[in-house]
Amino acid sequence: MTSLRQKHRTETLRNLAFLSPWLIGVSVFFLYPLVSTVYFSFMKYDGFTPPTWTGWKNWQYVFTDYPFFWPALRNTLWLVVVMVTLRVVFGLGIGLLITKVKTGAGFFRTAFYLPYLAPPVAATMAFAFLLNPGTGPVNSILGSIGLPQPGWFNDPAWSKPALTMLALWGIGDLMVIFMASLLDVPQEQYEAASLDGAGAWQRFRYVTLPNISPIVLFAVVTGVIQTMQYYTQPLVAGKVASGVIGGAGQQFEPGYPDKSTLTLPQLVYHLGFQRFDTGGASVIALVLFALAMVFTAFLMRSMSERSVA
Amino acid sequence: MQSFTRAVIGTAAVALLATACTGTSNAPQADDDATKDVSITFWHGWSAPGEAAAIAADVKAFEAKHPNIHVKVVGNINDDKIKQALRAGGANAPDVVSSFTTDNVGTFCASNVFADLKPFLDRSGIELDTTFPKPLQDYTQFQGKRCTLPLLNDAYGLYYNKTAFKAAGITAPPKTLSEFDAVARKLTKVKGDSYSQLGFMPNFHGYESTATHFAALWNPTYFTPGGKSNLAKDPAFAAMLTWQKGLVEQLGGFAKLEKYRATFGDEFGAKNPFHTGQVAMTMDGEWRLGMAREAGVTFDIGVAPFPVPDAQADSYGKGYLSGTVIGIAGTSQKQNAAWELVKFMTTDTDAVVSFANAIHNVPSTLDALKSPALTADLKPFIGIAQHAKSNTTPASPNGGAYQLTLQDFGYAHEAGKVPDLAAGLAKTDEQIDKDLAQAK
Repeated sequence: MTSLRQKHRTETLRNLAFLSPWLIGVSVFFLYPLVSTVYFSFMKYDGFTPPTWTGWKNWQYVFTDYPFFWPALRNTLWLVVVMVTLRVVFGLGIGLLITKVKTGAGFFRTAFYLPYLAPPVAATMAFAFLLNPGTGPVNSILGSIGLPQPGWFNDPAWSKPALTMLALWGIGDLMVIFMASLLDVPQEQYEAASLDGAGAWQRFRYVTLPNISPIVLFAVVTGVIQTMQYYTQPLVAGKVASGVIGGAGQQFEPGYPDKSTLTLPQLVYHLGFQRFDTGGASVIALVLFALAMVFTAFLMRSMSERSVA
Repeated sequence: MQSFTRAVIGTAAVALLATACTGTSNAPQADDDATKDVSITFWHGWSAPGEAAAIAADVKAFEAKHPNIHVKVVGNINDDKIKQALRAGGANAPDVVSSFTTDNVGTFCASNVFADLKPFLDRSGIELDTTFPKPLQDYTQFQGKRCTLPLLNDAYGLYYNKTAFKAAGITAPPKTLSEFDAVARKLTKVKGDSYSQLGFMPNFHGYESTATHFAALWNPTYFTPGGKSNLAKDPAFAAMLTWQKGLVEQLGGFAKLEKYRATFGDEFGAKNPFHTGQVAMTMDGEWRLGMAREAGVTFDIGVAPFPVPDAQADSYGKGYLSGTVIGIAGTSQKQNAAWELVKFMTTDTDAVVSFANAIHNVPSTLDALKSPALTADLKPFIGIAQHAKSNTTPASPNGGAYQLTLQDFGYAHEAGKVPDLAAGLAKTDEQIDKDLAQAK
């Protein structure tokens, strides 16, 4: 009996040894930050003095008294719904078109993929220049043909659509993924569907879509998570449009114009590094984590139910 | 096996929680010998080549006086990096730190991240009142704790386009706000639904036209003695907001001005709207003249104190003051040597004057302000810096959060979204108090 127990323990230790790289990685890069974040969300901690227990105070402050939280949450949800959807549809559409192109496919693939490689700060600054409501070429063209000239990054109503346009411009990552999955759909299925009299839409609906649905799910889930972490572009767009991009000691105005480009990750920085409020920043980080989990679980479940049906 | 697994998970959880409790900045005793050979590290935020050269010259002068103290200079540092470095400590952490963000002095002092300078000042026999102007003493301490000293000063005044003034028949800069409004209207030239020249950009996004800079003209009191926000009770804020909105309306209205503002170049770039002639007057700090020259501005530039409220005409000459601060890291093991550098840079008249001239900032000591060696460009701002009614924004435990909240309210007010100014200010007070409660 003792030798059996000893053998069992040896096996367990051996298994743990094999698992140790994963266990160490998950512990150091996931569990430790997660537990720390939960811990700090209940503490007052400025990064210098010892943390002190404050109970639910940070949670109450963020949800009821912090004026930037709800606008940032609304903006983040808007971007998750609109930007992610459009990116998936646009990426799939471009992927479909390019797989059909007979000549110059290499050129078009490169042309659509290149913007994705542009550094986010440079790309956003270029867009802010192009969309400058007073001096930008886009509004000059719109004005010359008698169309309305939006305020783009300077108008709360247009700032998120402008960010969405920027995201669609850099669609190269999704285009490549969709192209690969589209080329992987068996040709005989299209031939069989055509023989059965299926039109283009029916072939897409009943052949293409079921075959690439795991890729669509992947694109949506990673898109949602990326959008939850959306930081650089709205921050740079807001700062460039407000004109206050330099100036030592300048106060940081989150979400110019009128909080419309404010996203939750910006608040993590704003509270954690500008107000030295690690507790409040931790609460927002946990809200982001919970939202990403809920969205991902919902998407995975609805996709698996659909595939079972 | 289950008990083993539970033990592993339990141990991991306890370890994680225990390690989540981070270290603190235990201020070491200043017992290092500053007469022995020692190396210290100095972090600052300046990055332009001219500024870096000025710092290098300042440090070289210090090392000539203190040959045993060697200074390693690291530039282009912002407060985020300072915070992380001082939190981590270690051999590469700085001993002397300067920050542009006076708003963060409250946090730096309250958290002990910067050492208390009072023992050093006492030991060196430095009297603050006879060394530094009063507003500069105010923004370098928090609730009686002095953890920084002023390292040069920024004073805000009125810049005006002399050529545009001459063309409009205006012979002298305005001294009161009613005169200023009239001049701004006279200098404004409408072109279609926009402007070919705007007298002044009053909108709060108009770069230095911030709520706090304007409010300084009324000598406001931001907080009650009990530390509560005082915006609704001090009539200065309502007066400032009412004047600002009035000027917005006189010059064409918020929407029209915002559209015009969108055509402006960067504040700190060559296309600043004052450089390009898009605005004929602007509120700005002492650095603007040098920047305008570098940008190749061809018109004559005039500089004067910003006009004051009519009821306070006798206080003409005052303005908003701010500046760079310098302190000693609480984690430094070489605080006595670090103090020698801080003392030299902040109180040595020759060092302060040379540095001020080199980077076009106002000097920060009373003696340096009187120095005949100061460049002529700085003269108008010397007067503002020395004016008895010049003032600044107080330090706060959450940095400039209260200023941001006031500015946010200003955006809503100038856009016509505030039906009741008094009620709006009272609500802004509530928000500031909530933010302060969170920081305490």
